[in-house]
Amino acid sequence: MHEWTRKHLLSIEELSKEEILTILETAESFKDISLRPIKKSPVLRGKTIVLLFYEPSTRTSTSFSLAAKRLSADIVNIPVKSSSVQKGESLIDTVANLEALKIHTVVMRHSRAGAPMMLAKHTNASIINAGDGCHEHPTQALLDMFTIKQNKGSFDGLKITIVGDILHSRVARSNIWGLSKLGAEVTVCGPPTMIPVEVEKMGVKVTYDLKEAIAGADVVNLLRVQFERESGMLFPSVREYAAMFSMDDTMERFMKKDALIMHPGPINRGVEISSSMADGKRSVILEQVTNGLAVRMAVLYLISGEKNNSEEA
Amino acid sequence: MKILIKNGTVIDPVIGDIKKSDVLIENNRISSVIPNISEDKCEIFDASGLFVCPGFVDIHVHLREPGFETMETIETGTRAALKGGFTTVACMPNTNPPVDNEGIVSLIKLRAEKDGYVEVLPVACITKQRKGEELAEIGKLVAAGACAISDDGSSVMNSMVMRRAFEYIKMFNIPLIAHCEDHNLSKRGQINEGYYSTSLGLNGIPSISEESMIMRDILLCEYVDSRLHIAHVSTKGSVQIIREAKKRGVKVTCETAPHFFSLTEEVLAGYDTNFKVNPPLREKEDLLAIQRGLKDGTIDAIATDHAPHTSDDKNKEFQDAPFGMIGLETAFSVGVTELVKKNILTLPELIKKLTTGPAEVLNIERGIIKEGSLANITIVDKDKKYTVDKEFFVGKSKNSPFIGRELTGSIEGVFVNGKLKYDKGVFNK
Repeated sequence: MHEWTRKHLLSIEELSKEEILTILETAESFKDISLRPIKKSPVLRGKTIVLLFYEPSTRTSTSFSLAAKRLSADIVNIPVKSSSVQKGESLIDTVANLEALKIHTVVMRHSRAGAPMMLAKHTNASIINAGDGCHEHPTQALLDMFTIKQNKGSFDGLKITIVGDILHSRVARSNIWGLSKLGAEVTVCGPPTMIPVEVEKMGVKVTYDLKEAIAGADVVNLLRVQFERESGMLFPSVREYAAMFSMDDTMERFMKKDALIMHPGPINRGVEISSSMADGKRSVILEQVTNGLAVRMAVLYLISGEKNNSEEA
Repeated sequence: MKILIKNGTVIDPVIGDIKKSDVLIENNRISSVIPNISEDKCEIFDASGLFVCPGFVDIHVHLREPGFETMETIETGTRAALKGGFTTVACMPNTNPPVDNEGIVSLIKLRAEKDGYVEVLPVACITKQRKGEELAEIGKLVAAGACAISDDGSSVMNSMVMRRAFEYIKMFNIPLIAHCEDHNLSKRGQINEGYYSTSLGLNGIPSISEESMIMRDILLCEYVDSRLHIAHVSTKGSVQIIREAKKRGVKVTCETAPHFFSLTEEVLAGYDTNFKVNPPLREKEDLLAIQRGLKDGTIDAIATDHAPHTSDDKNKEFQDAPFGMIGLETAFSVGVTELVKKNILTLPELIKKLTTGPAEVLNIERGIIKEGSLANITIVDKDKKYTVDKEFFVGKSKNSPFIGRELTGSIEGVFVNGKLKYDKGVFNK
């Protein structure tokens, strides 16, 4: 296995193919722990991990929190509403204060793109990006890749389609980087208002036609339509979006027999995906959640584990 | 009191001439520009190996006073100007309160006389409170000493208000300086719209937000036959639109900033807020078009858009940090490094963009070096190299995009109104 040397996990863009594979292989070995009667490993005993979430999140924070516990780390949850951020404290000051308490790792979710990169320059703690604005969501992409690997074996020549609001999606960006590095062909699909300019330069194909996008695809990854974003500017109505981009039974006949349906959640049933598809035989949506735990254990282990960590953070 | 600048090479940007010549200063005027002046009773400034130029003129700076004195003051901003070789600066009216009444114009002039190192010309607002709704008392502002009007930082989005402003200023001998940006198109934008806004997940500021507004302002100006100066041109399309307007005789001038002919958007990959500026850093082809525009005369002036911000403000999440970079101290060196050494402009052409070019925009008698003219003189070494560090800056803020870079060309001496105010690193107020 490729030796892990990174102090932070900030983006998938900066990782090499070998580093991504290292994380996926490490996740493999952690998958078993969750299947044992005593679901615990001591590898992060004595390490303190802070979950600093500046945006609401249930699934990602729960997953990280559980992953840290299973590796025996001490965890501190700092949801923003109860923190001094409300009193106007800057991000740099907040983390400096945490660091003064000798913590090792900060898992951070933030609404501003680039916030984890800024922090990494100003702190000695390790930073794990749990989603920054519209930029990246590395662990989501890693668990998506892990799930694909579990089901498809290899990435070479695999055709993967991402459907939805690509413009505002950090999940899409991280997936595009990671999957392309692993040798898959990525297509993005959505209304033109939701396709960011020059996205082709990230190595993807673009189509506005859902049927074309799913024909021949091995995996279809559906993004949640975010109603709160500029409604009326990006698409006229949810009804019209669903009519043109919803993954429902009528799409079945355009798909490859063994194509998978993925979704980072939370899903809007009847909007980007029908219940029959979400709960159907192609769906690996819940498998993704299970795999998320193993992947986050792997990331926490590689970032906070012994070989990468002097005790003094 | 006489001062003799000996053994230098004089650059006269008016006629594009370079020749070995001495310059004699008597009181605050230049009394003679000829070779081998011999004078006994006078101070000597030895300019051997150096170029003697008219004092530089920057028609776009933010001195932040009144209202934002933690970022810059008239004293510190003009000290930065002096170090950069500028003897005249025009300061923008987005202060607090904004320069929309004579009182603030007078305040700035008084402060500049008392604390300033160089000449300060206040620019006043186009509209009351810079809101883009009602015209400011432009006549009163001009009478108090405003050199131009501008709502810099914002466009006047209402075309009727802008039309009236163009008409109204025809009574006065001043240009309207337009910040051209369609704020609907650039809404929430952080960096240039393109590959980097996409990959970094930041909202884009498209080139069309600048270009469509330049087009509108040119059409309005042309329709009522007024005068327009376009601030901080950053895109290829803008240069082309202005070039065509000039060709058909519209009274339009424009400026660009040093960062637009030296930097492109790639530097933003690390989310460094010192590169966050509005208009944003653009693409390579924009940079090349800006350089061509300087060469062919489409772009009349280089202006720094010196925009100081405290490190506390800049050390924020990218989206929450303010736009702007400082530029006074490094403008000349960036010009030498990126334009002269790369054979885009000759040294006299660069000097012209820093002197007579901007002076003509404001229609002021500055940027000239000849017998009888005001003794504002900047003496430069075009080959001296240095590496920019934070300590290099003498204004209050350090938000420069050039920290860590090696630049060529340095300011060795600056005379303001006949007095040697800057002498190889030493300031004399």
